[in-house]
Order: sequence, then structure tokens, then C-alpha cells
Amino acid sequence: MVLSEINRRRWNLFKANRKGYVSLWVFIALFAFSLCAELVANDRPIVVSYRGSLLLPIFHSYTEKDTLEGGQFESEIDFADPWVAGEINAHGWMVWPMIPYRYDTINYRVPRAPSAPDSNNWLGTDDQGRDVLARVIYGFRISILFALLLTLSSSVIGIFMGAIQGYFGGRTDLLLQRFIEIWQGMPVLYLLIILASIVEPNFWWLLALMLLFSWMSLVDLVRAEFLRARNFDYVRAAKALGVKEPTIIWRHVLPNALVSVFTFVPFILNGSVTTLTSLDFLGFGLPIGSPSLGELLSQGKNNPQSPWLGITGFLVLSVLLSLLIFIGEAVRDAFDPSKTFSKEADA
Amino acid sequence: MSLLRVDNLSITFQSGARSIEAVRNISFEVHKGDMVALVGESGSGKSVTAQAILRLNPASASLSGKMIFDGQDLTALTEPELCRFRGKRIAMIFQEPMSALNPLHTISKQIAEVLITHEKLSTSDAQERVLALLDSVGLEKFKSRLDAYPHQLSGGERQRVMIAMAMACNPDLLIADEPTTALDVTLQTQILSLLKRLQKERQMAILLITHDLTLVRRLAERVMIMQQGQIVEHGDTRGVFANPQHPYTRMLLESEPSGGAVPLKASESPVLSCTGLKVHFPIKRGILAKTIGHVKAIDDVSLSVRHGETIGIVGESGSGKTTLGLALLRLVRSQGPIVFMGQAIDTLSQSAIRPLRQNMQIVFQDPFASLNPRMMVGEIIAEGLKVHKPSLSVPAREQEVVHILQQVGLEASMRDRYPHEFSGGQRQRINIARAMILKPAVVVLDEPTSALDLSVQGKVIELLKQFQITTGVSYLFISHDLRVVRAISHHIMVLQSGKIIEENAADALLANPQHDYTKALLSAAFDTDSQL
Repeated sequence: MVLSEINRRRWNLFKANRKGYVSLWVFIALFAFSLCAELVANDRPIVVSYRGSLLLPIFHSYTEKDTLEGGQFESEIDFADPWVAGEINAHGWMVWPMIPYRYDTINYRVPRAPSAPDSNNWLGTDDQGRDVLARVIYGFRISILFALLLTLSSSVIGIFMGAIQGYFGGRTDLLLQRFIEIWQGMPVLYLLIILASIVEPNFWWLLALMLLFSWMSLVDLVRAEFLRARNFDYVRAAKALGVKEPTIIWRHVLPNALVSVFTFVPFILNGSVTTLTSLDFLGFGLPIGSPSLGELLSQGKNNPQSPWLGITGFLVLSVLLSLLIFIGEAVRDAFDPSKTFSKEADA
Repeated sequence: MSLLRVDNLSITFQSGARSIEAVRNISFEVHKGDMVALVGESGSGKSVTAQAILRLNPASASLSGKMIFDGQDLTALTEPELCRFRGKRIAMIFQEPMSALNPLHTISKQIAEVLITHEKLSTSDAQERVLALLDSVGLEKFKSRLDAYPHQLSGGERQRVMIAMAMACNPDLLIADEPTTALDVTLQTQILSLLKRLQKERQMAILLITHDLTLVRRLAERVMIMQQGQIVEHGDTRGVFANPQHPYTRMLLESEPSGGAVPLKASESPVLSCTGLKVHFPIKRGILAKTIGHVKAIDDVSLSVRHGETIGIVGESGSGKTTLGLALLRLVRSQGPIVFMGQAIDTLSQSAIRPLRQNMQIVFQDPFASLNPRMMVGEIIAEGLKVHKPSLSVPAREQEVVHILQQVGLEASMRDRYPHEFSGGQRQRINIARAMILKPAVVVLDEPTSALDLSVQGKVIELLKQFQITTGVSYLFISHDLRVVRAISHHIMVLQSGKIIEENAADALLANPQHDYTKALLSAAFDTDSQL
């Protein structure tokens, strides 16, 4: 990829902020790690060799009766079952993931849930006997994916609406501004509660509903940038050249407005993580049983005698949010015009 | 005995790993009651020097050398000690009166603040002094309106308030950093004569920072010419102007735009004309936005430009000259017929007029704002070609870009670079290239030289004249500077409050101005001998 001169300078400025640069790599590593959650924390082995044939239980499901000799059940193989494990190990081998639990695997061997961290459950289990570490890995992934999708789609809508208002101004601007003012007054939480009583709120429902209200955060910013930029001489020059309006917006106005948008994006991402977490905490979020950081926090609150729940939730969230903030600060430095164009500043 | 002696002053700016020496080993003296001018182009270090005397430079600047003011070395003083000098013994007025006054405080409060800080006057005593000061800077009418806020004042009045603030403690030295650059020509004269009068009355020394040579010639007793952080020549004003020694000074003096318009064939037909053109902006009030009146930006203007002709449009800011240019190109809404190349264009829709835009172009005043910082020079120049000659192949387009770059005196390799890598003059050449590549019939030049250094102005004018000779393009040259207008125009129109108050062939108008305003403009531009 070839970076333009300005972008190369921005990248160098970004790198110059060591904290943000390191945070970016840590964040990418954690996110990539959590994307492979199925390979890291799962209640099925990754590879099984049984009587000369190789099985991949992560990608295929095998019924016990058809696969194992002497298998009884028509259902899927439960690899944690002592008889199954004995049978496979006697006629082959299996490779387990680092953590032999999925987010919804209930560990029936713990004497009493929630159980404290030990060699089996590194971060203990929650009050339903599920492994906390596995739930954190899956919950981290779902939080980031939700935040990324919400940020991306609300930015696209926000930029579009802001651009229209700012560029055309006048009546368009007036009407849309009033609409936004009314729309902002909607009680989001009540709508979620009402929704929860009609449908079971899943990932996509939540995303759509949050999107209805989160796109407004960028509108004012983009609108102001466009209001400013539409009177720039180079925009007027493009008009004088006979360039069409959509082209002017796309080529001349938008790229310059995006600079301030980029500065905001990590912080919006942050807000989106917090939004999902607090909904889950209150119980209006993802369906019951989904891995979620907010649910972990609420378990921590309900089980004060099991501090590993609350402490884990707190640490994961604060690390994630701090990383995003540090990245955001570095992005802000990188897009700071007084630094990017410092050649002029020192004249 | 000198009031201020600067000895081997150097100022270095640290930005990251780089360090830039903005001022290198300059030495000069200012005597009591002296009027000394420090002249230089942008980036020469003159403003940095002025700020250094009051030690107002940012933290990234490091000073070396000595500045002896009345026996004390200013470079050795601590911040609290400096505060006894700032405003009291040495005062400063800035270029932009708009931003130098606090919009939240009344003018009398701002003037009184200086007195209360430095002379520990009581509020009522300070009030009395404020009245006297307003008197001496010619703001008598504000004596009854002490509660006026800066936005209620005109630009010239604001600059007078700034001067009153600077005068409040009777300073020994006044540093005036481009005090009139932001003002209209007629106001410049008033402000400068005010400064001159105050200097005489109070035996105050003035260090005038400027790039305007006409001003220096009329005002200063001694002059220092600064180039790239060094003082290359200094001496008695008359002597330096009559007999410049340093090549840079000679270049500065010679680069004032000169000569006249290119010869014009008598029989040429009009290419763009308008009759009774009006641009009125409605003033709306109330919830129902009822129109209660109009701002008449352009009122009943008729003009006609012939092939290869240049019409100079002169007027101060707010006179509507830029609006006139935009209206003729249909970039703002207007009333009244406009005929372009035999076709009435005032009734065409924006999309119908788009194909015609190839033949009418505009060059803006600010070379920094008129180029998209995110596009390479080659893309900027080729943009018009993409719109009007979409069939052109990429190599052919490239060829035309290279050709026009060479015509405006830039190198072909520069098309892969971004605007911020160019100087003001180079950027204005890029602007001209963008307009000229379409081979237009009419180009509106909206103050194309105002933001440029003097040494570049002349060259840009020469370039424009060259294009006129080779392509027969017509210009509408908008400016407030008669020196530049004289060098290129066949015909001059003087605009005031949206109306044309005087128009004539260039020679006739300059030789025999009728209107008082035209006379004032002329004397501000050319009258170098009369002392203020």
C-alpha cells in the first residue's frame, strides 16, 4: 500500500505517540485472538484421531452412535464424557483447545457455583457453573464486533445526514435539524424495554435499535465542517469549473470533513462498547446465555462473595476502554493539522 | 543615547528534531522619538523580531544576543519583571484589530485595564484618562458611548482603540506590527497620520513593521530591510530608496508592478456584458421571515468587456466588487441581463450553464484557500479538463497539464506534489494554470496579487499579461490596489457601496480623477512625496 505524503506524515505522528501505537498493536492482537475464540476455548477437541480416521469436531458435528463403536445415543458426542474420552484415547488421540469450555458449557464437576479460580477454571466459574475465562473471550469478541458495526454504520449515516444539511443548508438544514432535535428526545431505554416484550432482542435487533439513535453523534460535527467548507475558495473554484455537485461533495468537501470525523471515531467506538455493556448489565441486552461483559458485571454485583467475577469484568472492561482511548489520543495527534502541516507553521 | 539597542539577536525555533533559525545575528538601534521601519516579506523574520523585543515568542523559541532597553537587558529579565515593561514602557499594536480586542468587554474597560494594571489608578481616575485618550486618537464620538463593544466599531475605529490602549501609559517605544494591512486604503492614511501625530506630540519612538514600501517612504525616517532573518540594508529612508546598495533591496524596489495594459485592437466585440445588474440579499425578520428590506450588494451596474480587454474594478472591502465578479459568472443569484459570447446567460439553469463554464473562469485572492490540500497539483489542474473534455485520453490530459505548468513558469515534475509544498506565488501560478488550461474567454481575477509578497506581485501580473497577448483572453481585474490595477487595465471602474461612482479609460481616470474617493485612492497609492 502506498501512502500519500500527508498520510505518511500522519502515520509517523501516530507512531510518535508511543502509548497509542503500542495500544493499537495490543488491541489488534487481543481482537485477533478473540476472533479465533472457537480454537481457544471450546468444549470439543480441535482434532480427534479415532480408529485411523481423523475427525474435526469444531467444524463438523458427529453423532455418538454413528461415530463411536458401542455408542448409544443419537445425539452429538459429548467429548467431556468419561466413557467417550476413554474410548477415544484407547483407539487414538485427541487435541483439546487451551480452555476446554465454551461460553455456554456448564462444568458439572464444580462442587458449588460460583467456584473460585483453580487449575481447571483459571478465572473460576460464574453462578451457573460456566467458565469465566471462556465467557470473557467470547464476550470481548461480541463487544468489539457490536461496537465496530455500530460505529461504522452510525458513522456512515451520520456523515451522510451531516453532509446533506451542511452542504445544501437553508430549508433542508432547518427541517432536518428540527427532526433531529425531536428524535433525540426519544427515551431509548423505554423503547428497548418495550422491544424486549415484543421480540427476543438478539444481536441484530439491538444493533438496529441502537443505530436508530446513535447516528446523531456525528451529524453536528460533519454539518459544521460542511457549512464551513462549502464557502472555501477551492469549492467555489470547482463550481466555477463546472464540476457537478455530487463530485464536489465527494472530492473536495468530504475528505476534509473526514479529518475531524476520524478523530472522533475511537471515542464513538468506546461509547458503543459501554452502551452494550450497560444494556447487558441492566438485563435489556443480548439474550440470556450470551457471553457478555455486562452480564459478567451484573453477576459480580449479585455475588459479592465471589470477587473474581466482578474483578475480572472490571479489569477486562477497563483494559479494553483504556486501549481505545489511548488509540483515540494518538489518532487525534495524527490528524492535528498544526502538526501535520508543521512545515507552514514554522515559517 | 539610544532607547533600544539590539545586539547580535538570533532566534531559533525548535520543532521536533528540526531547528529553524528565524532571525540571524541582527543588530540595530532605535533612538528616542525615532520612526524606524523594518521592512521584509512574509517569512523574513520581521514579526518574530518585533515579538522578541517584548519577549512574546512561544516557548519553542530560544533567543541569544542582547536587547538593551534604557540600560536594561530585556533578555535577562524574568517574567514578572518583564510585565513592568510590557504595555508601560514598550507597547505594541497588532495587525488584526478584529482579534486583538476581547469581544466580551467594553472598549472603555479594555483601555482602563491597562491604566489600572500599570499605574494603579482608581476606576474613576482611569475613566478620566480613558476620555482623554479617546480624544487624542480621534474617537470623540465614543466619549458618550463608553459601553460600546468591539463589534459595534468599524475596522478603523477598532484600530484606534488599539492605539489608545497602547498609548495609555505613555510608552517610550511603540511597536506597530503591520498596523494598517487589514484596513482599507482610505483608513490607512488616517491611522498613519494619527500615529505620526502622536509620535511628534509625545516624543515616542515607533518601530514600524511592514511590507508596504509606499508607506515606509511616506512615514519612516530610517529603514531596515530584512531578508531571511538578516538585516541586509539599513539607513536613512531617502538614501536607501534613492540609492539602494543590496541586490535584494534593488529587487524589491524594482518589483513594484509597472507598465501599462497590453495593446488592444479597437474593433473588438464585447464578450461579456451586463446591464443594470443587481444583487440584493433580503433582510428577514420575525418568525415568518418576512422580508423587510434588502442589502444592496450590487446596485445597477452595467459593464461590457471586449475580447482581449482588461477592466479593473477598484473599491474597498464591502464595496461589492467580489460579488460583482461572482454574479457575472452566475455563482451568486442576480437580477438583470448578462450576455456572454452572444448568449443571454442570466436565465439559464445551473445545469444549462455548466458547459459554458469552460469559457468563464475565476482566480481567487487567497492562494492558500483556493487549492484543495488533499489533491496533487496535477489533479487540481486537470479537474476542469475532466469535466469539459471527458473524451481526452489520460496521456493527452497529462500532456496538457505539463504544457500549462511550463507556461505558468512551474516545472512539469511539480504535478505530483501537494499544494502545501509551494510558496504563495507558486500557488497563485497553479490557480492561474487551473483557470487557463480550459482556454477561457473571460477570467475574473479576484485580488490575485493581494496575498502575495511585493516581489512576486509584479511577476504574476507579467504572467497574466503574457496570457492575454497569446490567447486574447479578457480579464475582470478586481483589486483595491491602484498600483496593480494600473499595470494591467485598459479601463477602470471605481465601486463604492455596490454602485459605480466613476469609470473611464485607465489613463484618463488616473490622470484626472473626478470623485473624491478616487482621489483618495490615488494619493494613497502613488503619492510618495507628501509627508503625513
